Amino acid sequence: MKYVDEFRDPALARKVLKKLHEVVADIPRAKERPLQIMEVCGGHTHSIFRYGLEGLLPKGIEMVHGPGCPVCVLPMGRVDDCITIAEQPDVIFTTFGDAMRVPGSKKSLQQASAEGCDVRMVYSPMDALAIARENPHKRVVFFGLGFETTMPSTALTVMQAKREGLNNFYLFCNHITIIPTMKAILDEPGMSIDGFLGPGHVSMVIGKQPYNFIASHYNRPLVVAGFEPLDILQSLLMVVEQLRDGRAEVENQYARIVPEQGNLHAMAAVNEVFEVREHFEWRGLGSIAESGVKIRQGFEQFDAERAFSVATLQVEDPKSCQCGEVLKGALKPWDCTAFGEDCTPETPVGALMVSTEGACSAYYSYGKIDVHQAG
Amino acid sequence: MSKHTLKAATITMAHGAGGKAMRDLIDDVFVGTFDNEHLNGLEDQARFDLAALQQQGTKLAFTTDSYVVDPIEFPGGNIGTLAVNGTVNDLAVSGAMPKYLSCGMILEEGMPVEQLRRIVTSMKQAADEAGVMIVTGDTKVVPKGKGDKCFINTTGIGVIPDGVNISAKRCQTGDKIIVNGFIGDHGAAILNARGDLALDVELKTDCQPLHGLVQAMLAVCPDIHAVRDASRGGVATVLCEFAESSQVSIRLDDEAVPIREEVRGVCEILGLEALYFANEGKLVAAVPAESADSVLSAMRAHPAGKDAAIIGEVAEGKAGRVVVKTFFGGERIMDMLVGEQLPRIC
Repeated sequence: MKYVDEFRDPALARKVLKKLHEVVADIPRAKERPLQIMEVCGGHTHSIFRYGLEGLLPKGIEMVHGPGCPVCVLPMGRVDDCITIAEQPDVIFTTFGDAMRVPGSKKSLQQASAEGCDVRMVYSPMDALAIARENPHKRVVFFGLGFETTMPSTALTVMQAKREGLNNFYLFCNHITIIPTMKAILDEPGMSIDGFLGPGHVSMVIGKQPYNFIASHYNRPLVVAGFEPLDILQSLLMVVEQLRDGRAEVENQYARIVPEQGNLHAMAAVNEVFEVREHFEWRGLGSIAESGVKIRQGFEQFDAERAFSVATLQVEDPKSCQCGEVLKGALKPWDCTAFGEDCTPETPVGALMVSTEGACSAYYSYGKIDVHQAG
Repeated sequence: MSKHTLKAATITMAHGAGGKAMRDLIDDVFVGTFDNEHLNGLEDQARFDLAALQQQGTKLAFTTDSYVVDPIEFPGGNIGTLAVNGTVNDLAVSGAMPKYLSCGMILEEGMPVEQLRRIVTSMKQAADEAGVMIVTGDTKVVPKGKGDKCFINTTGIGVIPDGVNISAKRCQTGDKIIVNGFIGDHGAAILNARGDLALDVELKTDCQPLHGLVQAMLAVCPDIHAVRDASRGGVATVLCEFAESSQVSIRLDDEAVPIREEVRGVCEILGLEALYFANEGKLVAAVPAESADSVLSAMRAHPAGKDAAIIGEVAEGKAGRVVVKTFFGGERIMDMLVGEQLPRIC
């Protein structure tokens, strides 16, 4: 497959791995404690497991699987809100497939659908708009979630709905933004992460500049990384080279997709439709200031939160769940008491077991070898 | 031979009500098309000569499957081809020669009769190709909205020749794992035929009968250990079943698995895995190592196996586990799917 296979070349991968081992061997402190490198994005987590990369890395590198899976960090209260909306008469509730299985405090959207709610899986917000056009007597709600990656397409959809004068389309906005969350993790007492792989798709939209504070203020290297196995290995090499040289810079490995300034058109659409919320609740991490967006004035007729007077109750995560600790790198998934016992991909208790991009689910499904070796 | 003709253009509740409309439907569409001595007698059951069956083998194989695919017509086939080949293949992978099928149909009020005729004609063609007869059947009609155009159940009987002992419990360390060609075509074709992806790609179902291929494999290696058709859940699920039933460990070589470029493309775009995609003409076999090459050659000489490949082996390791060797030396576990395979959002 063109433009994909080039980034999966095993011979090249072996070369990069050899270099990676050499560089890590040159960093004395990696012998005392492995260098903790967080891949922020769930897409990276998925690739790391899909291609079995973790087992190939030097012992001096420990991957910490970050909070960048929007499905995983969706709080239960928000899922409950989705179901409240879906249960209203004459509502067609549309969502990306991933979100169907996320457990709310009582049920998931999949269960709500089985009980008779009209819940439909779509591949793009524009599909939801098409459903709204075809069903003028129904209220069609799109469940908008994701980071800056999916935000522009939702924004453009809302703008299109306004242009068309549609009065039966609503957005339930749960879009979140990664920068404040990375800052929250960096501000945690005892934070021990040495460097970051920056989220490739988010960066395609926001560019490289928003990460500068991580290098300048927190003195940690960050490399914006692509999602193919070679991308990830090369990005790791760039991070450890910085660590070896005592540098802390923001670098861009994924330059074939990520322009330095991001995508200005996408950002303009996002800014036209959305504004920052004061707080947004993250599953496993709690409330983080300015970490979510909501619909701006001028587009409020499309805001499902207004149209359906959503209560947004806070629902606490179960006590046994230690997702927050895993997200910060303080615990490994298998160290959590619920892992593999109460909490499995079939019956997830915590956020990280929900989607294949969640660290716990990935370990459970792909990486039992390591878990058993560790345990 | 049909005595009565169905003139209606759409299926109505009357076609399931037991009266003249139903008689016309059965006579014209089903009996007229399937047309064989067992069915034409119009008794409530088909009757077979046991002695004749006994001459062909020592065990009877008996299986059933229901078909609810959406859409009911898709590139390369329809629900009818699926309903025949699916059940034929469930028999075939035991080493049986498929003989007779039943056909139970649940039709939704409003279904166009023309579409039903197309499906029934496809069933007849598929049955002829597979050398089986559809010898008994049943039709019900449900009100509009209570079904989805057409559901089909087929039950099949086949005869297993003496000495054949194929079982998911018989995989042994050293066995080679063989698949008979490109995987995932059917799953990808159905996903694409639903139309909500708007992908510009030509994908056809791989729907085909497999008993001829299995017989060709048995001819060169009567002691094939395990065979299963990789329908729902795909090749991955069959391997998990082998590992669990035989309490062995299976190592799969990611690079050796034949997957079409188009199917790989669909998977890349949606974040899905072809190993979990449904197939309707693919089998996975565990074959003793010493016979693997001769079985592979025999498969490649058969039209249903010309792209066959060895994709892994039964190896030392934790019982019940399937490990995938990724193409640059990494390893990961392959487990059964949890729920449906849902596309990832980013």
